[in-house]
Amino acid sequence: MTRKQRRAILIGGGLTVLAVALGLVLFALRSTITYFKSPSDVATAAPAVGQRFRLGGLVKDGSVKRGNGPEVEFSVTDTLAHVTVVYRGVLPDLFREGQGVVAEGRLEADGRFRADSVLAKHDESYMPPEVAKALKDKGVKLGQGAVHPADKKLPASGAPKGETGK
Amino acid sequence: MITELGHFALLLALAVAVVQMVVPAVGAHVRDQRLMAVAYPASLLQLALVAGSFLALTYAYVASDFSVENVFLNSHSTKPLVYRISGVWGNHEGSMLLWVLILAAFGAAVALFGANLPPTLKANVLAVQASIALAFLLFIATTSNPFLRIDPVPADGRGLNPILQDPGLAIHPPLLYGGYVGFSMAFSFAVAALIEGRTDAAWARWVRPWTLAAWMLLTVGIAMGSWWAYYELGWGGWWFWDPVENASFMPWLAGTALLHSALVMEKREALKVWTVLLAILTFSLSLMGTFLVRSGILSSVHAFAVDPKRGIFILVIMVLFIGGSLLLFSIRSGTLRQGGIFAPISREGALVLNNILLAAATATVFVGTLYPLALDALGGGSISVGAPYFNLTFGPLMVPLLLALPFGPLLSWKRGDAAAAMQRLLVAVVVTTLAAAAALAWQSPGPWLAPFALALGVWVIAGAVTEIAFRVKAGTAPWPEVIRRLRHLPLSSYGAALAHIGVGISVIGIVATSAWRTETVVALKPGEKLEIAGYQLEFRGTAPGTGPNYKELTGQFAVTRGGTPVTTLAPSKRLYDQPRQATTEAGIHVGWRGDLYAVLGDEQPGGAYTVRVYFNPLVRFIWLGAIVMFLGGALSLSDRRLRVGAPRRAKARALQPAE
Repeated sequence: MTRKQRRAILIGGGLTVLAVALGLVLFALRSTITYFKSPSDVATAAPAVGQRFRLGGLVKDGSVKRGNGPEVEFSVTDTLAHVTVVYRGVLPDLFREGQGVVAEGRLEADGRFRADSVLAKHDESYMPPEVAKALKDKGVKLGQGAVHPADKKLPASGAPKGETGK
Repeated sequence: MITELGHFALLLALAVAVVQMVVPAVGAHVRDQRLMAVAYPASLLQLALVAGSFLALTYAYVASDFSVENVFLNSHSTKPLVYRISGVWGNHEGSMLLWVLILAAFGAAVALFGANLPPTLKANVLAVQASIALAFLLFIATTSNPFLRIDPVPADGRGLNPILQDPGLAIHPPLLYGGYVGFSMAFSFAVAALIEGRTDAAWARWVRPWTLAAWMLLTVGIAMGSWWAYYELGWGGWWFWDPVENASFMPWLAGTALLHSALVMEKREALKVWTVLLAILTFSLSLMGTFLVRSGILSSVHAFAVDPKRGIFILVIMVLFIGGSLLLFSIRSGTLRQGGIFAPISREGALVLNNILLAAATATVFVGTLYPLALDALGGGSISVGAPYFNLTFGPLMVPLLLALPFGPLLSWKRGDAAAAMQRLLVAVVVTTLAAAAALAWQSPGPWLAPFALALGVWVIAGAVTEIAFRVKAGTAPWPEVIRRLRHLPLSSYGAALAHIGVGISVIGIVATSAWRTETVVALKPGEKLEIAGYQLEFRGTAPGTGPNYKELTGQFAVTRGGTPVTTLAPSKRLYDQPRQATTEAGIHVGWRGDLYAVLGDEQPGGAYTVRVYFNPLVRFIWLGAIVMFLGGALSLSDRRLRVGAPRRAKARALQPAE
């Protein structure tokens, strides 16, 4: 085998692997990504029943209902519209009424959103950026303690940590 | 006073970095020994100054000096001493100072241990190291100064985020940074080689131990982070394909590829251009990881609140270093002479396959991490790319990698015999088949692919054992000969085999946990029971308690298995005082089959509590594998050939004229 042939095999092998990787990436990006939607987005153009997406907004005050076994029901709102979310599981520590939250799951036929995960931010002084951005786009004023990432200054001038949402 | 000294030392370090960057590089260019020699004292002074600065900040934390804004914002007088110390790097400013400290330590190590390096190479390497230090010192001094005072002095601090008050997370950043920054050595050597226009086996011999050390630290650093997320976040998972996790995983993948390509370069003088490029890319991914975490563009559990100015500064650093080094590479890589040729079926060929697959895997993680950011920046909407994407892209690329792994060490250099390697692996094939069959028979519900994926882990372990057995002629030579060979086998051979065994152990843990994990969510009243994976858990009610800086509510669960008591699980919900924040502490029972993992949720009307219980089979194997990989690396690093051989050879090479 000549040096050229050997090199051709190596380069060919490399390109094959890269092509396979590229194919996998393109396929996966088409089939696995989840879109972020606000309650207003859901109200105006509801995703198909069963389609996975991420729903973000504020937990509506007074909307959290417990007592149906481990199932919790609450409303996620951007103050213009709201979506009822059902979740079976342990809510995150930072889950609180009036605070930002991102739930991932699917719409059910009855219009409720069945979440399989609920995330709240790990620092009380700010909310998930997607939520903050979606709210800002809608012209919604943020709740107390919720600092928009773009407006964030040094923590000293922001809302004091730990005194928010109580 | 000490704070001001720390601040002053930081600025002096900046000045020293300028000198260390310019003088030795000029010296190397004009071949002036005295100018090049400046690098030695400069790099030691640099370390002393940065260390002094770091100690000054540590002192402010230990003494709870709240006139320092950074201490005020991130510490509290009631915090235990160990977390006051780890609080130094539990915030943005302090962690950047730690970054530079580790960088300075690596630079000083080259100066101290590199006595036998060719003088121009050493001078250029230290100059490049200094340029990185300069960029980050400028960054700290202008946007992230930890030594700023506040007036009036507050009575007490705001405290550290309680989820960071944890022994695992106290040592996670230093380990991770040791890995990130350790790859700067490979980068500096690569850039120096491009400046000089030559690389040789001695160059690879120098780069490999540094890369190996950085890789070891990154391996345990990532494992530590995963372990922390597992027991602290209370989600029962160990890896979330979170962008910040990916940011540390990409340099690890590239660094793993670099370790293997440097091997080819050292032994066979082949793959020079590729190795140099990989060294640049590995550190570039480290820089990108720093950028992603520190710029605050990510929505992640790990991201700190950040000022946008900092993001732009790090972006500029990143563009300058990555762009500059790649530009240098495109201009100069042609001057690197190509080395030995080899057949596609050979040790080199196997290592090339390893590199291709690891590079492709890195690329898929890269796309999955950056695509949502890019799309959002271009106004394409907010999307997220999660585990399903990575399972579909990263997973399939690992299959051929793991399948091919045992062949590599059994093929000889230059031209290998695949059939002979297959023959030697016959026992491993039998063991693997048995493992797959056993897993198939044992699993009742579960994905049909899982037993085969599990067998891949067994295959890798069996392959590594086969390699050692082959090298010592076990089964073919008489016993005394085998024992003699076992004793004389170089430590680096044991190290490589052990690291591969570690990979196999982790694969088994990952597959078992992902495929056969069970979970249940119920609302329990005291006295009620639940059942999972053969365990019965009886809820005995909750009890309040207090810790040094928190109050907690602990649930009591009596665990039995087939009627015999196993343990008592006590998951709790904590409320910390400073800052006022709730955390979940999972109750975990470690059994030989796997972990029983219980989380206490909210109280329901009527006195019931939401309880979530997981059974994670063999989950400990994941981290155990990482520790075994680390030990394999340590064994290899302690091989005398690797340490002693390099300088000697470098000296001999230095006498030859430059190509």
